[in-house]
Amino acid sequence: MRCALAAALAAAGLIANAGPAAAERLVASLTNHHVTITSNYTGVELVLFGSVERDPTALVRRGPYDIVATITGPRQSLRTRRKSRVLGIWVNTAARTFVNPPSYLAVLASRPLDAITSADNQRRLRLGIANTPLAEMIDNDIGVVNNDPFRVALVRLMRERHLYEEEPDAVTFLTPTLFRAAISLPAQVPIGNYDVDVKLFADGNLIAQSDSAFEIVKAGFEQFMVDAARKHGLAYGLAAAMMALLTGWIASVVFRRD
Amino acid sequence: MQIYLPIADIPVNVFLVLTMGLAVGFVSGMFGIGGGFLMTPLLIFIGVQPGVAVASVTTHVAASSLSGAIAYWRRNALDSTLALTLLAGGIVGSACGVALFTWLRALDQLDLVIGLSYVTLLSVVGVLMVGEGVRAIIRSRQGKPVELRRPGSHVWFHGLPLKVRFKRSKVYVSAIPVLAIGFIIGFVGAIMGIGGGFLLVPMLIYLVRVPTATVIGTSMVLTFLTMLSATVLHAATNHLVDAVLALILMVGGVIGAQFGAHAGQRIRGEWLRLFLGLLVFLVGLRFAFDLVLRPEDLYSIRLIGGAP
Repeated sequence: MRCALAAALAAAGLIANAGPAAAERLVASLTNHHVTITSNYTGVELVLFGSVERDPTALVRRGPYDIVATITGPRQSLRTRRKSRVLGIWVNTAARTFVNPPSYLAVLASRPLDAITSADNQRRLRLGIANTPLAEMIDNDIGVVNNDPFRVALVRLMRERHLYEEEPDAVTFLTPTLFRAAISLPAQVPIGNYDVDVKLFADGNLIAQSDSAFEIVKAGFEQFMVDAARKHGLAYGLAAAMMALLTGWIASVVFRRD
Repeated sequence: MQIYLPIADIPVNVFLVLTMGLAVGFVSGMFGIGGGFLMTPLLIFIGVQPGVAVASVTTHVAASSLSGAIAYWRRNALDSTLALTLLAGGIVGSACGVALFTWLRALDQLDLVIGLSYVTLLSVVGVLMVGEGVRAIIRSRQGKPVELRRPGSHVWFHGLPLKVRFKRSKVYVSAIPVLAIGFIIGFVGAIMGIGGGFLLVPMLIYLVRVPTATVIGTSMVLTFLTMLSATVLHAATNHLVDAVLALILMVGGVIGAQFGAHAGQRIRGEWLRLFLGLLVFLVGLRFAFDLVLRPEDLYSIRLIGGAP
């Protein structure tokens, strides 16, 4: 009996290593899949919630479950620049272009990543900001350099703006199988599609995975303004100029004192 | 009260932006300058991206300088012949400035040149204006009459041909230096993204000897015309004009400019020039600190490839 249990556990481990197909199923969803930006928009908070559904016929695991949720925003190219002193003046002298890094990246976990799975697994599964590949242009080649000072600076600056976040205690288990996590998006995150990738770990192994997504869009007046500015630039400019003329004229009439 | 700016893509406090518009509007109405060199850095400071800040400020400055210009026009305190002559030089200058702007950007040194020209121009002009203002005040304190116009002191270019009589300003000079001043303002304005009023006012006073009474109104007309065309150009080419931001700034700006224009008429010319000189110098100093002091963070990131 003990032998059979050990064999089953080993098999489960093997399967987990081969891919997320095991006795558990992961169900996750968001409170809102469609965030609209209106004139009073100051950022938004979404809640990711889900549950682990056990196959009743399978063996009960002993170790606790762990969740790692990765939220990836739309990709935009960035340039990281470094200043140095030239003739007493600080000038941008070196720069590196990062090709399509995520504009928003949040790694929310139920425990510190090192406690959830091995460093090897983290690298393989690209878990955490440190293991997220950020491709940069180096002499017309695109490569990933992990200890590059430009990459370190990019991650630091993005974290300062709350655009890159890694929180090891953001996911909480309400019951042993039911979890929730708050995703708080600052107001400056770009509009577009956001991917939410949820991974379930047990005993250091990935056992299930679930994908979700949400989008941030402009609505109503905000969308109208963007369309007008982008598609009908000249008309928009003339309208802005008319607005300036009208405002200036009204003010001079209102404030006329003689 | 927070409001989301559709083009700048950030939420801002309406009252904060309104107050900034009022304050800069007051300064611009008082001195007859557009105030772009004050407003643009302020907007960047509260988190608006530089491109949107420059483009939206042109719209704000157009409205602010129009209401100021009308106020001066009612008092018959502007010279339209002078303004149009300056504008003719200004158009050619802007075209040359835009060409240099494009060339510098190709060399990847535009930021440095903008920073250096702000420092040099603002601190030199500021020091000159403060010096002149202090000398004028000392002269009037000693009981000597204030020499605003020295009929005998002819500069070399007063001998140039193409003499034009600018009736309202009571000056009779060659059109060549006036066109040249317009050219310089247009050129510098295109590179630095400013209306150039703070340069134009002292140049007209010291070089062409335009009386203080008409110089501010005239400068406002020129600023209005250049900024209005800049708004249309920015919107049509870069799509960076945020009309909501511009409207909030405008409402604050035009109100501020009215009070500023009234205050400016009450303050004596030499004090006005001293204050403007100090203000210009301080902004120049602020830019100098940015260039000379070791930055808090040597690294910076910039979004490339289109708007978000």
